[in-house]
Amino acid sequence: MASVILDFEKPIIELEEKLTLMKKMAEESKLDISGPIKELEAKILQLKKNTYQNLTRWQRVQLSRHPDRPYTLDYVYGLCTDFVELHGDRHIKDDKAIIGGFGTFEGQTVMFIGHQKGRDIKQRQYRNFGMPNPEGYRKALRLMKLAEKFNKPVVTFIDTPGAYPGIEAEERGQGEAIARNLFEMSTLRVPIICIVIGEGASGGALGIGVGDRVLMLENTWYSVISPESCSSILWRSWDYKEQAAEALRLTAKDMLELKLIDGIIKEPLGGAHQDPQGMLKNLRKVLKHQLAELKEIDTDTLVQQRIQKFTSMGVFATE
Amino acid sequence: MTNWFKREKENIKTLTDQKRETPDGLWTKCPSCKKSLHIRQLQDNSYVCPFCDYHHNIGSEEYFQLLLDNNEFTEIAADLTAVDILKFVDTKPYSERITATQKKTNLKDAIRVASGRMNGLEIVIACMDFDFIGGSMGSVVGEKIARAVDYAIENYLALIIISKSGGARMMESAMSLMQMAKTSAKLAILAQHKLPYISLCTNPTTGGVTASFAMLGDINLAEPKALIGFAGPRVIEQTIGKPLPEGFQTAEFLLEHGFLDAIVHRKELKETLTKITRHLLPE
Ligand SMILES: [Zn+2]
Repeated sequence: MASVILDFEKPIIELEEKLTLMKKMAEESKLDISGPIKELEAKILQLKKNTYQNLTRWQRVQLSRHPDRPYTLDYVYGLCTDFVELHGDRHIKDDKAIIGGFGTFEGQTVMFIGHQKGRDIKQRQYRNFGMPNPEGYRKALRLMKLAEKFNKPVVTFIDTPGAYPGIEAEERGQGEAIARNLFEMSTLRVPIICIVIGEGASGGALGIGVGDRVLMLENTWYSVISPESCSSILWRSWDYKEQAAEALRLTAKDMLELKLIDGIIKEPLGGAHQDPQGMLKNLRKVLKHQLAELKEIDTDTLVQQRIQKFTSMGVFATE
Repeated sequence: MTNWFKREKENIKTLTDQKRETPDGLWTKCPSCKKSLHIRQLQDNSYVCPFCDYHHNIGSEEYFQLLLDNNEFTEIAADLTAVDILKFVDTKPYSERITATQKKTNLKDAIRVASGRMNGLEIVIACMDFDFIGGSMGSVVGEKIARAVDYAIENYLALIIISKSGGARMMESAMSLMQMAKTSAKLAILAQHKLPYISLCTNPTTGGVTASFAMLGDINLAEPKALIGFAGPRVIEQTIGKPLPEGFQTAEFLLEHGFLDAIVHRKELKETLTKITRHLLPE
């Protein structure tokens, strides 16, 4: 059972509770109510499908933040058995909000890098809620350069409410750190696959988001700003987050339609947290396919195509 | 990211705003020392307050005039305008915002690109206009910077970008976010050609602009006391729950922390930019 039940999930939960009760009753009374049970099960499945296929943009944002969702390290340990985490930016410290390291995936060594959130209060603080400081971005870049040197592909997992807005972050050049990553990632001479697994908030997300393939899990979002902050700035109130989410067109489907990402990875019904193993299976399949595809492209072409992809983003008119 | 839109209303006044506040448009008040100034007096002093040295917020028109010989230049990609692809509506539709701003400012978008001569040296220069939706970066700004890079490569020239921006333009959502990647990738190509890129950060340079092209110069310069940062001070203050130190996120602060090569007084801007460009260009 999920630790958090979202508003739109309540009718489903109510029916599921009813089902549990019915099953218990059937067992205790030895009455044959398998017909009604089947009916209810079908009804629940239908309701789930209806609910999760017709989520509003804000509801998807809520799902993307579900505290039970798998985080970067869950995926990394699920994808490979020999992951070695590597720490530190070699200048200031080790940022806990971004993790990275080598692991074997489908027979080849891959550099995995990603934002890391924590699950309980202590872990959340330890991971700074997945909000990196500049040293996090610099650690990520150091690891990408390491991967480049030894010719290993890079896979990044994006899941952040944003780069950390703090005094030290500014002192150490948060803007410069993110800018440097965008600059360096655009010409890195190994394949890069970026996957949004939760929240993709602004420059803090993009800072590890320049790749040959940019993919999003079905219930994630990617935007220049969070719906809440957008509401507070444009509407001058925190109450317009639903409208802001709509206006920002921030879901995976929106992003694909706008041609700003390359694909969507399907989530199990109800979200990645409802069936982490199922999610992992989908991810593994897509990742394997994409890595194989990129491996076939010679390095010059790879970099050229990556630059081409990002430099052709944008819509404008001539007058 | 664009937390600076709030500030725009309060204390970041551009010269155009100031002029509008005076009946004959000839007198203005220095936002820093509050002394009355004749516009001519400001113009003759490189738009720096003769009393307190405050660098008034100016736009592409004034910078081109200050930096390009005889104010002669050819504008590049002057006809690009924004498209409201998301049909973005907040308190009013983005499309209306664009049209109204174009009318009010007589600008097409938040940046202009020019090629011209600076002390005889041919250069490409892009300059942002804060008057246009807080100097925010959307597709047009990204594309114009891309064209400026292309022009520099084709003609073997140095590139100067003058930043003045609240960050990425929210009304273009992820499309504007991706302009950070676009401009950075373009600058990576310019770097491969070993052509100089000089970034000048002016008041204010923030958000997605700081986190992309403004911090990527071979040489990063700033005007005195310019506000430069990634996160807005208000957001930082809210997050940490205490007041910010004096001088936080000023040009002087960034110089001290190692993110700027130099702070340049506007009166010395043309000479300094020329000297640096000459140092960087091949013999
Ligand atoms: Zn003054």
